Amino acid sequence: MANKEDVTRRKFLREGLWGACLAGAGTAAGLSVARNNQDNTVWQIDPYKCIACGNCATYCVLEQSAVKCIQAYAICGYCDLCTGYLVPEPKALDTGAENELCPTGAIKRTYVEDPYYEYTIDEALCNGCGKCVKGCVAFGNGSLFLQVRHDRCLNCNECAIAAACPSQAFTRVPARQPYLLKGVDAKE
Amino acid sequence: MTRIACTAMFTLALAVPCLGAGSEMRFPPPEFESGYQFPETARPPTARPVVHEYIDVALLAVVLLLASYLILQRRSRRAIFALMIAALLYFGFWRDGCICPIGAIQNVTLTAFDSTYAIPLAAAAFFVIPLAFTLFHGRIFCGAACPLGAIQDVVLIHPLRVPHWLESGLRLLAYTYLGAGVLFAAIGGTFLICRYDPFVGFFRMTGNWNILILGASLLAIGLFVGRPYCRFLCPYGVILRNLSRLSKRRVTITPTECITCRLCEDACPFGAIRTPTEDWPEGEYQIAKRRLAFFLVLLPILIAAGGWGGYALKERLARMHPRVRTAERVFLEETGQVTGTTNASDAFRTTGQASAMLYQDATAIRSRFALGGALLGGFVGLVAGGKLIALSVRRRRAEYEADPADCLACGRCYQYCPKEQERRKQRRDARSGRGNR
Repeated sequence: MANKEDVTRRKFLREGLWGACLAGAGTAAGLSVARNNQDNTVWQIDPYKCIACGNCATYCVLEQSAVKCIQAYAICGYCDLCTGYLVPEPKALDTGAENELCPTGAIKRTYVEDPYYEYTIDEALCNGCGKCVKGCVAFGNGSLFLQVRHDRCLNCNECAIAAACPSQAFTRVPARQPYLLKGVDAKE
Repeated sequence: MTRIACTAMFTLALAVPCLGAGSEMRFPPPEFESGYQFPETARPPTARPVVHEYIDVALLAVVLLLASYLILQRRSRRAIFALMIAALLYFGFWRDGCICPIGAIQNVTLTAFDSTYAIPLAAAAFFVIPLAFTLFHGRIFCGAACPLGAIQDVVLIHPLRVPHWLESGLRLLAYTYLGAGVLFAAIGGTFLICRYDPFVGFFRMTGNWNILILGASLLAIGLFVGRPYCRFLCPYGVILRNLSRLSKRRVTITPTECITCRLCEDACPFGAIRTPTEDWPEGEYQIAKRRLAFFLVLLPILIAAGGWGGYALKERLARMHPRVRTAERVFLEETGQVTGTTNASDAFRTTGQASAMLYQDATAIRSRFALGGALLGGFVGLVAGGKLIALSVRRRRAEYEADPADCLACGRCYQYCPKEQERRKQRRDARSGRGNR
């Protein structure tokens, strides 16, 4: 078979090209391994870049966004007039639905002591629209911020929200440290 | 509560930072007297452990090994179909269609061009493993492992024949798509191939409406034209088809020797079966030679024209990049050509960067797209010219064969071959003979 006079030019070229392709695939694999840090990457929002535009609620490929709001209690001011909880110029500083900024009523306001109120996010209700974040960052301490929840996130190769994010706040972060939390430093 | 009181409260709220401590913290955290403790900020759940990705890679390798056996050795369409459905269920519906080798093209490209990007090992493996298998066994990935191929394969009910020249022409779309996907991944801006993945929405049972409609129309076309995405759009298929031309083993319609009975001629829904050819008839040969010479001369012209066309598209291409879009918007706002701001321009201003820097970035990106666009156009021109040349040469063939590039290794043609039926019968006999003894 081997000396069947068919080590022709065409066959020689074919074999050469085949070897080159295999070597190319090998090189690609090798370079990738060399570059890799042994960790996967996941998508996360840099809370200091986020402008709470509302895209997170609508652009996620999931019907209910993977992004949800997080409350960093350590930097919360516990304000009575919480601009993350209440609409601008509220009729009253209470839990009336007409006064609440959150479209799904996901923030619970509980009395602590005069004049302080605690605000807690009900994550099942939060849709990641960021209305509260906007209010809190604009007039408050900025203790409310948005994060991609990795129990929900599908970790798409290209995050659809990242593609629509006007402030480029979405970054790939190592999966070992998948959150960029505000207020963690302040607490410690 | 009156408006005045409310405004007073807002003013008070804004005045507090002057008394307060930090610049970030407008209000100091309160000192509670009631013994209130800060609730623990709930630690959000961690990401999927990396080991799952390795399981995916291992499963991909297993599926491809099994596919090699079923397609090349066992030659059973039913078994191939079962494996394909299993792959569709796991890689498609269970794993939500991410990660896939088609999208991994972009991860590999980004690794080559962006030194800060560390490619996940799984993405690299998903890119390379099917390539290696293709070099040895042909497009078995397309046949039995790819969930995008599988979802189209199951809806194919009445395949129509697409003329060869039309198929070749439409395939230019796939080459262009591959080039564009690589270009955008290299320069940044977007992962085009993932954004317009037509079937991932079905795998997730949710998604962007436009993409779902695109996917549904592709499936509707797929009822009559076998696997339209694989043949005319898939960028990974472009790589695989060209590697498959070199593969060591490949799908052969007949297990032994072709008796040119023509029974398999219409077996392939993807138009991959090549019929035996004879030499050019004497009169046509001269015309064909002249045609070939013309196309050879045309090739550099097509490359140049494509390059020029791609260069001319640079503005449009650059506008796909968010930084360039922001720069254009900020420029319009600063020169007073538009009133009002957008989210992007607002976000840019909160960063406190000088707009000169933004413009500088945008100019750099535009010049990269000018070069990239020219290269992309030239590539498309090269492929178009190559196709014209390939269409005007005739290879001599004595048998019915599956074109290694076009064959998607689905295994439909096997059963049409009488030699194959003979082989199956022999195998059955051997088995029952053993059983009787």
